[in-house]
Amino acid sequence: MDLVESHQEELRFARGRVVRALLIAGVAIAIAVPFSGQPAWIVRGTLIAITAIGVLGQNLLIGHTGQISFGQAGFLAIGAYTFAHVQMLPWPLALLVAGLAAAVAGVLVGFPSLRLKGPYLAIATLGFGIAVYQLLANASWLSGGRTGVAVQRPPMEWLYWQDVLLLAIFALATVNLISSYAGRAFMAVRDSEIAAEAVGVNLTRTKLLAFAVSSFYTGVHGALFAQFLGHLEPELFNLGEVLTLFVAITVGGLASIEGSIFGAAFVVLAPAVFGAARWAVPVLFGGSIIVVLVFEPGGLAGGLRKARVALEQWPFR
Amino acid sequence: MALPLMDRFLQYAVAGLSAGSLYALVALGIVLIYKSTKVLNFAHGDVATLGTFAAFALLSRDHSFWIAFPAALVTGALASVLFYFGALAPAQRKGATLLGQVILTIGLALIVQGLVVYTFGTEPDRMPFPLSDSESRKVGPVYVSELALGTLGAALAACVAVYVVVQRTRLGLAMRAVSENLMAAQTLGIPTRRVLGFAWATASALGVVAGLFLAPALLLDPFFMLDPFLKGFAASVLGGLGSLPGAVAGGLLLGVAESLAGAYAGIEFKKTLAFLVILAVLLVRPEGLLGKPFKERV
Repeated sequence: MDLVESHQEELRFARGRVVRALLIAGVAIAIAVPFSGQPAWIVRGTLIAITAIGVLGQNLLIGHTGQISFGQAGFLAIGAYTFAHVQMLPWPLALLVAGLAAAVAGVLVGFPSLRLKGPYLAIATLGFGIAVYQLLANASWLSGGRTGVAVQRPPMEWLYWQDVLLLAIFALATVNLISSYAGRAFMAVRDSEIAAEAVGVNLTRTKLLAFAVSSFYTGVHGALFAQFLGHLEPELFNLGEVLTLFVAITVGGLASIEGSIFGAAFVVLAPAVFGAARWAVPVLFGGSIIVVLVFEPGGLAGGLRKARVALEQWPFR
Repeated sequence: MALPLMDRFLQYAVAGLSAGSLYALVALGIVLIYKSTKVLNFAHGDVATLGTFAAFALLSRDHSFWIAFPAALVTGALASVLFYFGALAPAQRKGATLLGQVILTIGLALIVQGLVVYTFGTEPDRMPFPLSDSESRKVGPVYVSELALGTLGAALAACVAVYVVVQRTRLGLAMRAVSENLMAAQTLGIPTRRVLGFAWATASALGVVAGLFLAPALLLDPFFMLDPFLKGFAASVLGGLGSLPGAVAGGLLLGVAESLAGAYAGIEFKKTLAFLVILAVLLVRPEGLLGKPFKERV
């Protein structure tokens, strides 16, 4: 693997020529898409950027901190509906409010995580997600009842640039976060709670921070999704949405930033390819999770890393 | 209805018991898998759906119930045994984390769901059944439908069967040994993989039984087991994820509580109750009613 000689080097952004070349290629593609004159790809690109923000957040919680949460649909719904109700504010502010609302909910859900571990936490967060859905389905003053809530929708090209830019900001923020003290504390908690506590990591603060940050991301994801759709119904935020996020995290690669983006691209593009057959999408998703976990647990990001190392060291391996 | 107050209460309690026995069956399967493999099986509902649809396919080709129902149980059991040996065991051998194993079961759930939608479509169907939902018998002061009686009977039979197998046979002894300490069981020459495979098969068959008795009460569509599956989850948490009697008690309690809540507190409350129960139990007593408190070793 990579030889890292100092802490300074470890912290450097995108070290290695291949990584830099791939990064530049990715940015070039993102800039080229709107000029390709293909509206379908602009829509897909927007959706990938939106989804990637949510996947980044959940990967922070699940991949880096090791807290198995099934409550994403709840945070997504809180973000989306908050955005819909405060959309008279200027949009950056509305986005911030939506994210913060989800983050507050995240801290509230995070409190049980201080006592619950593994499967128990998974069930508790699952219960939270469903409770939010039930609340929205029953409270028509919140969700607009059967007609739903309308959200003002800017033109598609504007959305594309806005969301891709936001994804870039969130990805950079995540890189900084995980190479800071907080990110290291996240991973220490994941690897062993007791050991992390023994070396002075504040378990309570770290876990709550992980829940707050990841819910903030998911709330922003929900808000952008609301803006993208222009219309909200409680049915959008069911268990299927949670499963899709899990597929994205697994296929892309746990605890990996580039993996989150690959995973988001996978879950957006795969249904586009199989658009005609509705049944094929879950089969493809399920099959790819199983194949990834059995053969390449690092996901696409792990596979890419292995390929890169093999390429750089060729023929000496 | 001019039922006296007490009879009305009993009527709802009995309806709750019948729904609760379905939750108990689902919860029993979830706990059986959790105790033996330490995995939360998110595919439990979907495998049960698959089995129920297998019965439906045979019944609509004019086979009798005596062929269709055993075939349904075998289909469900086969699907999860295949999954266990084909995906879960190899992943465990490679040292998959708890999260990885849970995600694997999500993968199975998605595949089964897609295949059921592909084969049977999403249109709801009516499931033929030997017991009627509308014919009711008078038992003491309350009326019980034939289907509800059948459900209670089937759940009771399944619970007794599980008890006998786990507590009174050599295979059950092996199952308890594997659940207690996998490594030690392996060292003592117990074929742990086969025992675990059997546990998965039994658990899925229990889920299919629940599916078969639930389907005639509502319409059969590819997602009909999602709700009872989540309720079964709630029931297993209520009783304690590591306790088989707890699963049964949790299921029955949840069923009765739901039915009474629906009768006296409103229908919205009935729907949310299970998830409030989950949150309350996990906050107050995470190990459940009959579970043992956990300890952690470094």
